[in-house]
Amino acid sequence: MREFLEGSRVVAEIVKLCKPGVISAYPITPQTHIVEELAQFVANGELNAQFINVESEHSAASVVLGAVATGVRAYTATSSQGLFYMAEVLFNIAGLRLPLILTCANRAISAPINIWNDQQDSVSLRDSGWVQFYAENIQEVADFHLIGYRLAEDKAMMLPVMVCMDGYTLTHGIETVDMPTQEQVDKFLPAYKPLYKLDPQEPITMGHLADPDYYMETRFALQRTLEDALDLIPKITLEFSKVFGRNYNGLIEEYRLKDAERVIVAMGSVCGTIKEVVDELRAKGKKVGLLKITAYRPFPYQEIYGALKDIPKVGVLDRALSLGASAPLAAETKAVFFGKKKKPQVISSFIAGLGGRDITKDAIKEIFRLLTTKERMTEFIDLKPELLRESY
Amino acid sequence: MFGPLIIKPGTARNNKTGSWRVESKPKFLQKNCIGCKMCLLICPEGCIEGEGKNTYHCDYTFCKGCGSCAEFCPKQDIEMVKEK
Amino acid sequence: MGHLFTAGHTACAGCGQAIAARLVIDACGPNTIVANNTGCLEVFSTRYPESAWEVPWIHSLFENAAAVASGIEAALIYLGKKEAINVIAQAGDGGTADIGLQALSGMWERGADILSVCYDNEAYENTGIQRSGLTPYGTNTTTSPPGTKSIGNIRPKKPMPEIAVAHGIPYVATASVGFPQDLQRKVKKAISIKGPKYLQIHVPCPLGWRHESALTFEVGKLAIETGLYPLIEYEFGVLISQRKITPRPVEEYLKVQGRFKHLVNNPEQLKLIQAIADNNIEKYNLRAEKQSS
Repeated sequence: MREFLEGSRVVAEIVKLCKPGVISAYPITPQTHIVEELAQFVANGELNAQFINVESEHSAASVVLGAVATGVRAYTATSSQGLFYMAEVLFNIAGLRLPLILTCANRAISAPINIWNDQQDSVSLRDSGWVQFYAENIQEVADFHLIGYRLAEDKAMMLPVMVCMDGYTLTHGIETVDMPTQEQVDKFLPAYKPLYKLDPQEPITMGHLADPDYYMETRFALQRTLEDALDLIPKITLEFSKVFGRNYNGLIEEYRLKDAERVIVAMGSVCGTIKEVVDELRAKGKKVGLLKITAYRPFPYQEIYGALKDIPKVGVLDRALSLGASAPLAAETKAVFFGKKKKPQVISSFIAGLGGRDITKDAIKEIFRLLTTKERMTEFIDLKPELLRESY
Repeated sequence: MFGPLIIKPGTARNNKTGSWRVESKPKFLQKNCIGCKMCLLICPEGCIEGEGKNTYHCDYTFCKGCGSCAEFCPKQDIEMVKEK
Repeated sequence: MGHLFTAGHTACAGCGQAIAARLVIDACGPNTIVANNTGCLEVFSTRYPESAWEVPWIHSLFENAAAVASGIEAALIYLGKKEAINVIAQAGDGGTADIGLQALSGMWERGADILSVCYDNEAYENTGIQRSGLTPYGTNTTTSPPGTKSIGNIRPKKPMPEIAVAHGIPYVATASVGFPQDLQRKVKKAISIKGPKYLQIHVPCPLGWRHESALTFEVGKLAIETGLYPLIEYEFGVLISQRKITPRPVEEYLKVQGRFKHLVNNPEQLKLIQAIADNNIEKYNLRAEKQSS
């Protein structure tokens, strides 16, 4: 049923339909509405879950870790500093092979403190072993939570999934969303059947010490499982389309790439803006397009290769930076083409929208203009030079 | 794909820590034992067994030879003897 | 053998924590799930592919057993199984009083039905005998070594039992490896009470405290008998029991341990430590009544 709802509310409604048994989160702007809505559902008896208020994000992640380890589906959400505070727990959850959904309401990282949207938080956790989906709009937010649980709990996966939604833009934005019914969700997402759990009937030890003779294989298995997910994700999105009628590849989306001469690669809600600009420019005869990355982890090397190999000029738009080096998405996109015969003439790297600075349609047009044969390295868009000084 | 992830119970007993002993091991005389059960309670390996007076003995496969049982026994009914 | 914490673990010979860990889990019984922080116990009991635990057991990180246990409890409540299953969160003194304090305080504040056990060997023994918030005054540790400018650790033990009591939890107790039956009695009592429980167990460490491995039990007893480690129980903030002692001078306890060797010939420091013991004796009413003939 189509409803006009705030993004955070949509997340809460979808999570409710997934019926987690344990929810634990620590408030941080701009995730707060999600958790507040869930608290109200539990208080009203609409959702039969244990809602555990904790004293920090580290504990929130630990609570859901304990719950999933005991065989119960769980949920948490956070942003920015909270994501970093729970970072060691997130690596731990992946290493323990526990399925979980975490909603990251993407927000900039301190210092300076900034509560607005960029993707530095989740991008910085790309090494953690979590699957990462980046949503373009609130419909995708809703759908990838469902896809996420189904993927995480798959017997071949048993890995946690982070659904990234741009803070404020998607958490506080209101869009029309096709909300599923409980019947549809139950059809697509079966109850969680743990492969291993803490149960006095069948005791096991989880979280052992692995010395050099045993550690590496656990990590190899994680890498291989995430690589295998590149095949599993499209299978699951196909199942999804049969139940809900919406088609996703789950890894990328090609938008007007056929015969494009200049393409921007991006993740998240900015893709909506880019699509509008692409349409405007196409109407004027410009051959432009967008490659949207939906799954950032696992990184869809093959799919990106297939989409961009014949595109002459590619510009990667990052909303995060690996300070002292380059923009993460740009670096990884370039890596796709090393040693390949077919590749773009130039892959330029652009940084925009840090700390919530709006990425306007004009900014996107500027990026397309800057996509020439001259490679641009980590070029900041809409920077204010008047705020900078060479020495203190 | 999975690597080492879970350990089943009972597996520590594959590690025969009795091999740690170098000097001495406890000899349970089973003569004046009053059945206080303290040796069983305080053995760090939990490898002493018994039920009632003069029945206590240890599993040398695991005994590390710490000497706590002999040190404690109120009736000196446990002696540390040289490891052969 | 029937123990829920078996032999074959790699603790040092004479390890007090190994004794206590077994006494605790045996007293709890098989319907128990354990969340364990990083530390000696976790390391020596679960080195792949061997585990000494016969009950479901999980180790996550250094500071989060209390939060992991809260998640386990929440899952059990959701499944309708909590009534029949004990949940324990256990840690060393570091994982309880220092790095683990936040999660523990949160768990107590939420009123979780979980027993938190602190194996107090009075330093970060697992990482090489560094000082913790529960290291007593005057102790030689690697990060509080005595020297020409220092007598060792200059801070008193963080009063964890009082901190637990201040949270308003139903049961708080201290115990010792020197009194194993008392320890098990307290464990059984704790798990029979609904709500958060805190049990702090004094566990001598032959390696870190530098005493003979055979003297673990004796050292444990001496700590109690000098008054330096009161054995007490609180129910809802009221002191309901203390182990009465005929106090022995603190030197008897200090001189059998290498970690206090530097103090034994220092009368001024001995007086200060005796004062700590005397203060405990007074505060907790530890002195045994004289028998009237």
